[in-house]
Amino acid sequence: MTVTLDKPARIRPRLPHSVGLDRLLLFLAVLLFWQALTWIAGPEVITSPFATVRKLAAIITASDFGGHASETGRAFAAALIISLMGGLVVGLVLGSRRLAGEVAEPLLVALYSIPKITLYPVILLLFGLGVSAKIAFGAIHGIIPVALFAMNAVRNIRGVHVRAARAMRLTPFQIATYVLVPATLPEIVAGFRVGFALTLLGTLIGEMFASQRGIGYMLIQAMETNDTGTIMALALLLVTIATAASWALLRFDPSLHKQH
Amino acid sequence: MSRAGIIRLLVVAVALFGLEVACRAGLIDPITIIPPSAMTAGAWNLLVSGRYTQDILLTLGSVGLAAVLGIVGGFGLGYALFRLPRLRRALDPLLASYYAIPTFIFYPLFIVLFGLNRLPLVAIGFIFAVVAMAINTLTGFERVPPVLRRTARALRLTEPATLVQITMPACAPYLLTGAKLVIAYSFIGVIAGEFVLSGDGVGHQIAFAYNNFDNPTMYGLMLLLIGFVSAFNMLLFAWERRFYRRRGLT
Amino acid sequence: MGVAAMGPHASLRGVTRIYPAVEDHSAVHALGPVDLDLRPGEFFSVVGPSGCGKSTLLDVLAGLAPASAGTIAFEGRTVAGQVPEGIGVVFQEDASFPWLTVWDNAAFALRRAAVAESVVRERVDHALSFIGLADFSSAYPAQLSGGMRQRLCIARTLVTRPRLLLLDEPFGALDQQTRLLMGDELLRIWRETGATIFLITHALDEAAMLSDRVGVMSARPGHLIEIVETHWPRDRDSTIVSRPEFGEVTGRLWERLRGESLKALELTGARRGR
Repeated sequence: MTVTLDKPARIRPRLPHSVGLDRLLLFLAVLLFWQALTWIAGPEVITSPFATVRKLAAIITASDFGGHASETGRAFAAALIISLMGGLVVGLVLGSRRLAGEVAEPLLVALYSIPKITLYPVILLLFGLGVSAKIAFGAIHGIIPVALFAMNAVRNIRGVHVRAARAMRLTPFQIATYVLVPATLPEIVAGFRVGFALTLLGTLIGEMFASQRGIGYMLIQAMETNDTGTIMALALLLVTIATAASWALLRFDPSLHKQH
Repeated sequence: MSRAGIIRLLVVAVALFGLEVACRAGLIDPITIIPPSAMTAGAWNLLVSGRYTQDILLTLGSVGLAAVLGIVGGFGLGYALFRLPRLRRALDPLLASYYAIPTFIFYPLFIVLFGLNRLPLVAIGFIFAVVAMAINTLTGFERVPPVLRRTARALRLTEPATLVQITMPACAPYLLTGAKLVIAYSFIGVIAGEFVLSGDGVGHQIAFAYNNFDNPTMYGLMLLLIGFVSAFNMLLFAWERRFYRRRGLT
Repeated sequence: MGVAAMGPHASLRGVTRIYPAVEDHSAVHALGPVDLDLRPGEFFSVVGPSGCGKSTLLDVLAGLAPASAGTIAFEGRTVAGQVPEGIGVVFQEDASFPWLTVWDNAAFALRRAAVAESVVRERVDHALSFIGLADFSSAYPAQLSGGMRQRLCIARTLVTRPRLLLLDEPFGALDQQTRLLMGDELLRIWRETGATIFLITHALDEAAMLSDRVGVMSARPGHLIEIVETHWPRDRDSTIVSRPEFGEVTGRLWERLRGESLKALELTGARRGR
């Protein structure tokens, strides 16, 4: 007699399609709210959505924008590599060596909670005005959160997974590749998302203080001349880039959704 | 003290000592970094002389106001997101990119809206901090075990009573974490604003000292700022850890 | 099968495990000495009070943990340092990999052993339908219930065709009725694969119902104080609980175990009091 255990699986429902609709509705609501603010406060204080988009288009198509954008882009790319890779290495090491992690974690948290604002003059003094200061700004914003996330990811590896892998006679390299990496990936990706946004912020701030070119420089010029239209157009650009990158990183591993 | 604590103390002491020696030996240009002992002396002189007392009080006042508004506003926003899951799901991707914008770029806008006083700085601190509090509040509410809510219904508590007597105490640790972040972010927002376009406050004085190559004052002020924030954070961190540990949440 | 003609499938001689002293704990004598011979193709269970070292015994037997003294042999060769080919382990906690589908989970061990993909496919399909999970091949473990996840872990081990299957309280997290049905599943697997099974459980009725022999362990440091033979027929299932001999076996186990359990409780009580 065969015993069949036919319990229906408790399959969790996929994200309902109406999320897309909700996001659209929210988007429209935000646009309306924005437009209302413009009417109340006046277009010199807050430019309307339409005017902002038009201004952004004008900025992007202007001849000098390519130079500014590539300046920011290069500095950001360099800072991103440092903060993501550097943070990852530091986090992995600290997560796997218990004493080192115990010693370093409070130090990292303390360093992180110092408002980096207070370090700006030191960075400028150390690196001078120029691209290396910008990269330094970007890196110091992103590296610690990435490290903390990576450290946590390693600490949260479930012992039973490693034991099961050893019971299946995997070599240490196979354990690292086929168990440790997939187990830590979701949290490391989460750290990368945060690191991306913060490194972008840091690079921009670096440009605002330390450069004569780049999007950050454009921002500070606009602030000093009270050019609301440019400020809002550039802010819109930044929000779009950061949201797109965050979304892209989430799409990177589709099964991440289904795992939890 | 644990072994890790001792090693940590040694690491910090060695680093500071190394920096002191390097500066005194002339390996580091005093235009860039001055010895830690000189920094401390500068900080002490600043405090004692009283020249910057008003700036310090102005900054602390703005930070405090921004923090209070951030905690209250963030709590409200977090609760609203908790009760409106559709809104929450729609907002998810935006929340992740919120901190990519240097919010102090809106400073000129706020000056036009609120006038040339401390309010624009408070506003910057507020908008920087409020989202962090909202996210933590939301997490706190979500982590309240459903069985506690069912207990409240079994005891026939009203909705407000449930909120006050059961939900709030249950999410207190998360609210505390949120408050901690609010204070940190209020500091950052206010001082960043002061750096860039203000005429008073600690941030402005630091920028002023930097522009005038007045390293002792600049580092002195920075040390005071860092010292204050670190001491405050350590207190909150210790309190928070006790809180979490008592609840078995570590 | 000529069972008597072959030597023991696995044997332990004087196996002891002592955890070395760390910061503020003194050394812990967790296990032993233990002497045990596993007959080829038998179903052997171990019961004992909590903390007696049952799981340590399984770890040492599998080669997952070293013995501080004594020797372990599997199929005539010494076990030391690594898990020998031919042994499969199912753990107490859910060890399914959440980032792989059910199918990929089951295929995992064989793929790492560089077996041809066609062989992998055949064996995985067979194992999954054998254990009743074929319909969930493309689901992720998070979408399954606890019992199904344990079945997945068992399927993953079965795919490697182990000759000795070690299970450490695999049904501990399940409700009683599911446990009884899972016991039937395990018996079915045992008969169809002809493997030797070594099961650790705290449930006396489970041990009594499933096994050819049950080893009773003492309180810590655990050693075997008695081995009870059940003399069940090979084609048994959970309905033997209605036989009078079942009550006798369970009674005998508890008779030997009760005193040891009390000792284990007292041990923990004394520790906490300090």
